[in-house]
Amino acid sequence: MVDITHMTHMTSTTPAAPSANVASASIPVPESWIKVLPQGLYVEPGDFFVDPVRPAARAVITHGHADHARPNNERVLATPDTLAIMRARYGDAAGASLQALPYGERLRIGEVNVTFVPAGHVLGSAQAVMEYRGCRIVASGDYKRRADATCAPFEPVPCDVFITEATFGLPVFRHPPDEGEIARLLHSVELFPERSHVVGAYALGKCQRVIALLRKAGYDKPIFLHGALIPLSNLYQELGVDLGDLRPATGLKKDAFVGQIVMAPPSAVADRWARRLPDPVVCMASGWMTVRQRAKQRGVELPLVISDHADWDELCQTIDDVGAPEIWVTHGREEALVHHATSRGIRARALAMVGFDEEGQGEMPEPPEVPVRGGSPTQGELL
Amino acid sequence: MKRFAELIDGLIFTPSRNGKIRLMGDYFSHTPDPERGFALAALTGGLSFTDAKPAALRNLVMTRVDPVLYGWSYDFVGDTAETISLIWPPRPGANREPDLSEVVETLAETRRVDVPKVVERWLDALDAQGRYALIKLITGSLRIGVSARLAKTALAEWGKCPVDEIEEVWHGLTPPYRPLFDWLEGKAERPAVGEGAGFRPLMLASPLEDDDIAALDASIYRAEWKWDGIRVQLVAKGGECRIYSRTGDDIGPAFPDILETMDFDAVLDGELLVTRDGVVAPFNDLQQRLNRKAVTAKMLLDYPAYVRLYDILFEGPEDLRQLGFEIRRKRLEDWYGRAKPQRMDLSPMLPFTTWGELAELRNGARENSIEGLMLKRFDSAYVAGRPKGPWFKWKRGPLTMDTVMMYAQRGHGKRSSFYSDYTFGAWKGDELVPVGKAYSGFTDEELVRLDKWVRNHTTKRYGPVREVEQGLVLEVAFDSVHRSTRHKSGVAMRFPRVARIRWDKPPHEADRLETLEKLIVE
Ligand SMILES: [Zn+2]
Ligand SMILES: [Zn+2]
Repeated sequence: MVDITHMTHMTSTTPAAPSANVASASIPVPESWIKVLPQGLYVEPGDFFVDPVRPAARAVITHGHADHARPNNERVLATPDTLAIMRARYGDAAGASLQALPYGERLRIGEVNVTFVPAGHVLGSAQAVMEYRGCRIVASGDYKRRADATCAPFEPVPCDVFITEATFGLPVFRHPPDEGEIARLLHSVELFPERSHVVGAYALGKCQRVIALLRKAGYDKPIFLHGALIPLSNLYQELGVDLGDLRPATGLKKDAFVGQIVMAPPSAVADRWARRLPDPVVCMASGWMTVRQRAKQRGVELPLVISDHADWDELCQTIDDVGAPEIWVTHGREEALVHHATSRGIRARALAMVGFDEEGQGEMPEPPEVPVRGGSPTQGELL
Repeated sequence: MKRFAELIDGLIFTPSRNGKIRLMGDYFSHTPDPERGFALAALTGGLSFTDAKPAALRNLVMTRVDPVLYGWSYDFVGDTAETISLIWPPRPGANREPDLSEVVETLAETRRVDVPKVVERWLDALDAQGRYALIKLITGSLRIGVSARLAKTALAEWGKCPVDEIEEVWHGLTPPYRPLFDWLEGKAERPAVGEGAGFRPLMLASPLEDDDIAALDASIYRAEWKWDGIRVQLVAKGGECRIYSRTGDDIGPAFPDILETMDFDAVLDGELLVTRDGVVAPFNDLQQRLNRKAVTAKMLLDYPAYVRLYDILFEGPEDLRQLGFEIRRKRLEDWYGRAKPQRMDLSPMLPFTTWGELAELRNGARENSIEGLMLKRFDSAYVAGRPKGPWFKWKRGPLTMDTVMMYAQRGHGKRSSFYSDYTFGAWKGDELVPVGKAYSGFTDEELVRLDKWVRNHTTKRYGPVREVEQGLVLEVAFDSVHRSTRHKSGVAMRFPRVARIRWDKPPHEADRLETLEKLIVE
């Protein structure tokens, strides 16, 4: 548990913050200073947005996923690793001026104190802890609670309002231990030595986490990467996350991939790109793989339930841990989490924010119902 | 249970037959007795115990989770077994995880009212994957795309023995098949061939092309119609009656009307059909009766089943399989004359002297119930499998029509990167209506070209499906066409496949729905 009221290190551009212990009579109601505008979550006394969906003059960015960190903001505040990720992705469009704020340091913006605390989601991911006249609101961005060797672990911060995602906000989502999922992948590699295994994983976070888990399980062969996964994987290595021997999956003969593991973005694993691989076992690393029908729909042969988002138990645990009397749910399956919190006597409301990837950053988009079930019901072999 | 649950999931997700065989072999290698034997029984439909009703399980889960959350979860997941397995609140360390044998043995001696109590304990002890396998198993709906025959094939490959040898000994054995595994692992003698109501492997016919027939001697072959039903083996032995599909699956429970007429002692080969007043109904009618665990009285009345017999394998204890076809046929006719079974008749022999004569007969037959002809050598013994030479099937030429591609969907397995499944339509006024779906009939090179065409002519995407411009004519071949209320066009084709890709043909010259409707034989 982090107690940020006792942090001594301060990086201030404005005069020192008032004590958090001002008289309770003057504590403002949360809605009076943080508002949902079309551009995103607006913090009025600091005149900045958190993860704005449209370019803003001042943006506080929780993490590097494209639905949270968008290009072309004027002034950007984020953790050093998140800024590095944004620069790698957007180049000059990352923002006109970029300011780094390491975890645990406090910065005053207007009348608001801002501190970043690890969110455990991807490298550099942070919860934005915002304090204004004794009222503390935590915008958690996206987060998870289980161990991840590629990023700092989530730390719960006691607060007055906890703003949470709910990507996997249904009690059917209980992600199994990562080790078991990786063991299934390795068993399949052993069982089908004449085939290749192509693992669909999002370019930021998931890809590197799966690689780190493979390394932890003792897999030390080279791992091949689709071109789209190379820059961020290199950046992770530069930022000190050891991923072992990585090689581009290009310019090699088909035979070179026999018995190998190849990482690719989810859109490529079952598409033309994968034709360069020998009879690939299509694997997908995603929290959505929990639901069999979803996995089957995508033609996935080996679903791996590995997610960078909190599952239902983690969401509920976190609400308990932060002890906030009120929660706001930004995106995902809000209704179930609001229902759960309300039944525990916690005020809860869905912010109905738009612009966030409902499916959780790069994880499966849900295909709509197939328009036509044409054709004969009798085709193929019967019985 | 953990290994079994992993196997079930693996089989659900693995599209290829060989992949499934590999998974089952791996399971047999790494799983001890009696666990693997019960798994084999589960896969071959050989388990019997008090099953649990899905409603009882739903009631059970409601005592443990918030009904509102359950409702939302079910809406999202869309499957009761899966929702329960995922939403069940874990109680780690609550109980010891049951193994498959314990589940099977316990349920065998549990009364239905007590089933939920027993199941609750197991659900607490298992993880989500284990819960899913358990629920599928105990609700008797283990539908995972594996036939009994495929499971036995996997066992045969794993044990390095021909699958028909396993079929031969199978009916003398019961779960958990200890003597079978011991034999396959070289630890014991081959189990004795049983006398029970087991499945005898079928003799199958090879396809005959029009060009090949001239090389055959017409005088040594006998001909009968090839009926458009499903091949069945009727086994009535020692008071036990079974109806097996061609893959050895016991489909008897779906056909009590046939079972109750089997008051004889014989093993017969024939075609299962639905008939009304002696006229064979379209295949679609038979389909209403397939894949069901139980049938209603109304279905028995609306879709009465019938068997057209064409061979006899056993009469009483006597194995007739070594006799020549013509001798067996005589035995079948004599037996039929004595036994006079209800709901059965004999498939008539078709006399002929020249192939030309027979070809004319074949081309003249347009009834839906006839797929073509069967040719059998007069002296052919009844042997398992598909020997080349003694039996041929000579299908009549398919019907064809020009259609327009409307939607394309990604294939599975090796084809998952290709748009290989095509929904095609026929013109109705100036609108296309979908009339069928085909995913075969083209070469690999053609598939590459079709895939490219689909990608370059996509107008809309729906997940794995693309809607395409109405710009490509597919000539499709099909065996027959019948009415269907399940399709917007009102018709459904049987076995549609792509005959030719008409890159040259303008779409507006494709056929009209009326053309297809004229081909319906009532
Ligand atoms: Zn994210
Ligand atoms: Zn997000």
